[in-house]
Amino acid sequence: MTRLAARTPLQGLLSLTVGDQTVTEADCGFMTSIAPWRGQDAALSEALKAAHGMSAPGPGRITGREGARAIWFGQRMILLAGPAPDPSLAAHAALTDQSDAWAVARLQGPQAREVLMRLTPIDLRDGVFKNGHTARTDLRHMMASITRLGGQSYQIMVFRAFAQTLAHDLQVAMEGVAARHEG
Amino acid sequence: MRIEGAGLIDRDRRLNFRFDGRSYEGLAGDTLASALLANDVRLVGRSFKYHRPRGILTAGSEEPNALVTLGSGAAQEPNLRAPALELFEGMEARSQNRWPSLQRDLLAINDLAAPFLGAGFYYKTFMWPKSFWERGYEPLIRRAAGLGALSGQHNRDVYEKAFAHCDLLVIGAGPAGLISALTAARAGADVILVDEDVRTGGRLNAETHEIDGMPGREWAEEITNELLETGNARVMTRTTVTGAHDQGTYGALEKLPPDVAARAGAPLETFWRIVARRAVLATGAIERPVAFANNDRPGVMTASAVRAYVNRWRVATGRNVAVFGNSDDAHRTAADLIAAGVHVSALVDSRHHARTGLDVPFYPGGQVCNTDGRHGLEAITIATAAGTEKLQAECLAVSGGWNPAVHLSCHLNARPVWKPDIAAFVPADGAVPGMWPAGACRGEFSTRACLVDGIGAAVDALKDLGRRAPHMDVPRAEDAPCGLAPLWHVPGKGRAWLDFQNDVTVKDVRQAAMENFRSVEHMKRYTTQGMAPDQGKNSNIGALAVLADATGRGIPETGTTTFRPPYVPVSIAALGAGAQGQGFAPQRLTTSDKASRRRGAPMIEVGLWYRPSYFPAPGETHWRQACDREVRLVREAVGIADVSTLGKIDIQGPDAGRFLDFVYTNTFSTLKPGRVRYGLMLREDGHVMDDGTTARLGDQHYLMTTTTAAAGEVMRHLEFVHQGLLPDCDVRFVSVTEQWAQFAVAGPKSRDLLNEVLDHTIDGQTWPFMACGPVRVGGIEGRLFRISFSGEHAYELAVPARYGESLFRDLVSRAEGMGGGPYGMEALNVMRLEKGFITHAEIHGRTTAFDIGMERMVSPNKDCIGKAAAERPGLTDPEREQLVGLKPVGAVKMLIAGAHLFDKNASAVRENDQGYITSVGFSPTFGHFLGLGFLRNGRARHGEVVRMVDHLGEVETLCEVQAPVQFDPEGGRTRD
Amino acid sequence: MRITCPVCGERDRREFHYKGDAVALNRPDPDAGDAAWDDYIHTRDNPAGETRDLWYHETGCAAWIVVTRNTVSHEVLDTRLASDVVRGAGKRGGGVRK
Repeated sequence: MTRLAARTPLQGLLSLTVGDQTVTEADCGFMTSIAPWRGQDAALSEALKAAHGMSAPGPGRITGREGARAIWFGQRMILLAGPAPDPSLAAHAALTDQSDAWAVARLQGPQAREVLMRLTPIDLRDGVFKNGHTARTDLRHMMASITRLGGQSYQIMVFRAFAQTLAHDLQVAMEGVAARHEG
Repeated sequence: MRIEGAGLIDRDRRLNFRFDGRSYEGLAGDTLASALLANDVRLVGRSFKYHRPRGILTAGSEEPNALVTLGSGAAQEPNLRAPALELFEGMEARSQNRWPSLQRDLLAINDLAAPFLGAGFYYKTFMWPKSFWERGYEPLIRRAAGLGALSGQHNRDVYEKAFAHCDLLVIGAGPAGLISALTAARAGADVILVDEDVRTGGRLNAETHEIDGMPGREWAEEITNELLETGNARVMTRTTVTGAHDQGTYGALEKLPPDVAARAGAPLETFWRIVARRAVLATGAIERPVAFANNDRPGVMTASAVRAYVNRWRVATGRNVAVFGNSDDAHRTAADLIAAGVHVSALVDSRHHARTGLDVPFYPGGQVCNTDGRHGLEAITIATAAGTEKLQAECLAVSGGWNPAVHLSCHLNARPVWKPDIAAFVPADGAVPGMWPAGACRGEFSTRACLVDGIGAAVDALKDLGRRAPHMDVPRAEDAPCGLAPLWHVPGKGRAWLDFQNDVTVKDVRQAAMENFRSVEHMKRYTTQGMAPDQGKNSNIGALAVLADATGRGIPETGTTTFRPPYVPVSIAALGAGAQGQGFAPQRLTTSDKASRRRGAPMIEVGLWYRPSYFPAPGETHWRQACDREVRLVREAVGIADVSTLGKIDIQGPDAGRFLDFVYTNTFSTLKPGRVRYGLMLREDGHVMDDGTTARLGDQHYLMTTTTAAAGEVMRHLEFVHQGLLPDCDVRFVSVTEQWAQFAVAGPKSRDLLNEVLDHTIDGQTWPFMACGPVRVGGIEGRLFRISFSGEHAYELAVPARYGESLFRDLVSRAEGMGGGPYGMEALNVMRLEKGFITHAEIHGRTTAFDIGMERMVSPNKDCIGKAAAERPGLTDPEREQLVGLKPVGAVKMLIAGAHLFDKNASAVRENDQGYITSVGFSPTFGHFLGLGFLRNGRARHGEVVRMVDHLGEVETLCEVQAPVQFDPEGGRTRD
Repeated sequence: MRITCPVCGERDRREFHYKGDAVALNRPDPDAGDAAWDDYIHTRDNPAGETRDLWYHETGCAAWIVVTRNTVSHEVLDTRLASDVVRGAGKRGGGVRK
């Protein structure tokens, strides 16, 4: 018999404050990828609403609230973040535990977007990437999920194994932005 | 020298700088060029080929002569253009391409040898003997003809890359660009306005024009402020758009202000990728020189530059300045000089009908035909109908007309169009989709015309964006015509320079034409005109005109060369920003990474992953000692290896089995839940793509593993097969590689170890070979697979990744207590060689299931990807190279991967090639090297002795061909 | 270069992986014969002009996309999901036409 100790992906790497920006590790609780079966999208959305209080998000959107969120995660895929998935969902979708698969960081600050502009090619303008919008994209050669949680707040997800690179790349970008805004 | 009056300089902020070791003083607002001229430094460089003394020609980024090196040591940066360098306190600049000094450059002897160094001299002179090129001619030429040098040291300066998006990108912040940006911003569009200068205004900063009754530069400031107040405009100064690319993507290089760049963590430069839905090209125009004898002396400058230095920086470029031109623009220069109190010694206008109201010696119909002076201009010779006249001048302001800066409009392969009234090229309509040229870059030269055009371009772009354009009043501004009469070359004796930067003269271009290099592309390459860092910005049109004349064609028929990105030189450091050290590529680290490194394990890269090579033990001095020990500890006790890097794909759905049957050669729909099967995957062309085990976790639930390196490729492939070939197959898959930390527990004591770790004991009955299922480890739900890549009784144990590090430490410490320990990639490789297991060294993309002896794994009962192609006779020919094992049997005991195989007595030449070795390793189990390789008809040749020859290392080894599997061929150890 | 993903919208080319000619969607029957298979696997046009090829939105939504583009002007004329094209739904009007 053995006892296993848990480590979070960004443990010892974050949090980090440079200039006016802060990046911290977020604990999303359970993370489950949900891939609806053929023809089950509507039924899945109903089941999600019944079980967790949020409908299934369309492409590029999130639903739910802090602590229980559904994040659009790709073609035919949603990531449920927060609660353990209700068993009723399994009738409508393939469920796969991803709770340990992603490093999740929250970037906040008045120049948070300026920082992200150094890392990802997506259009982050206010009118385009609004609060509650999400994108699967490239973050310095890493597959990433980026979600805008607020005016100055973004959630960034990369594969767990990239945690150190994420922390490094964020730090370099934050330093470059902070230097411009000094004084 | 500095003169009185208000310019764009701050007389209260003095800046100290050094040039070639001497100290000078400049002012805030200066460029290095304006500060040098203010200090009467005229000689700033030596020319590329002839080492002619050269001075500042221009006031912009097109400067061909005044190239300097900034800084020293690792941060040394060569070939920077002095007029585009913002002066800062403590700047250290050095001239280039001279030895021992700028004043006494010994290589100036090249100038005397000029008759032998004309166009094409490289091709004619250094052709023979061929062997002299690399060791003799080339280094010599490179030393004599050169630019600045890099330090050769590792540069630690920070550079940065970034992305920006906008509705409208306005390139150039002169009057056209400013009004264009304002029009769009007022319409609510997101606007990015870029300009390479430190401030907006463009030519307005260098001229005395008024707009709406206020000085042009003040108008520019006002518009810029209004633009920023709209809240939807971004103004990027010090930023040069370097290229126009597909679908509205533009490259732009931003240089940060020197005081910002000096801060910790700040980049020197940022390379932007700007994605613009629409763009306005308002890049203005570049004044062109006129070719006449000795027109390259320091002191000969473009007239617009002279005007800029006087008006903007309050610097007189000489005590007496002569002006020479072919349009009314020259008169403007003379007027500005007089107004500033500078003595104008002559106004030479090549147009016979020209008139002037200025109080200066005036030479209508005159031409400057020669110059005198040693390290700088002292006198000019003027030719008129009445004869020639020599006149003192320290500076000659030359205006040959203006070339619209069409460069970006040509980056997508459009050719510019000749506009006869300005004798210049302008952008073709629709040259770049979504881009509208406006103002001087479209040949609209008056300020008013630029403003009208700028508004018009913005209105068109807004309409295209589906936005309503606001009403804009055109500000009041000058609207003078330029009245240009083309003048390219003043005839006369002596060399007349076209391309200052590459030392190309009128004679060179004519010689090219004479030797039948009549196409402009050929002339360019033969003479090297336009191939210097300035890309011919100052010389292309002049050279073209001379070529047109020499070949008896018009300029439009002669055509232009192709303008390509970048518009200005871009440092590699900016293009590769962030890619030094850790930034080179993302690093994918396992949960056991820290623990492995703490044990001193050197890491090797597999794709983006880092895996331990071996774990050195105290006293071991060579990696082989560690590797041999690790093989033995697995074979005798139990070893632990992190195998989390293998791709893991979770596959679910009613059609999962059917889907797997289609992507694998063998059958998975018949696999029982709780069991694992080895699978082989082909590409559609019949060659092996990947292999691995797939476990059936439930009735509609499988878990596929892939090799580490091919995980991404396999995922892509599965998505393609699903979406592109079987879209109605109800199956879903997702990568779970990162979710699970998985460890091989291998060796005769593996089950004993697991029974210490697992919450429930296991035995051979419940967990036979190739079984899989859920287990609990310390109360945590995990998965156990009884599979083996080592040939031993072995398992792979997976837990959620958060517990990976903890489990690894626990497994290793328990293994060590049983005489085992961790093992790395080297030992893993040796053991799989002993077992004849393949990796991507063998399934390297050119081998088939037949080649690796697995043709029976291609099920005859179903279709699968690659099956049809794999059945082609050419892919099942017995003469193909087949997988074999090899061991050394002669005096030499060494096997080398990549070496080729030959018949024992055949000579080792390509024609006799019989195959090659793919993998080798020293087997401590057998006490000799083992290899895997491919040999023609190899399966029929077991027992034969062949010769391995490594042509690179010059090693020859006699090897015996054997079966790939050598260790425990019956597999008893694995199954027990 | 920008490609409009039918799911995600216009994105930078670096998010995509290029496979090759969209003919890869027209897999022959297993017994279609050597000539058909040879064509399918190896024979490709190299047009100066319009071409259809397959791109994978690899760091995006994982959709396989049929991109119609011009090899001379580099214009991207049309993008649609490979699954729609295969099902026939994408043959007319189902795509994102610029």
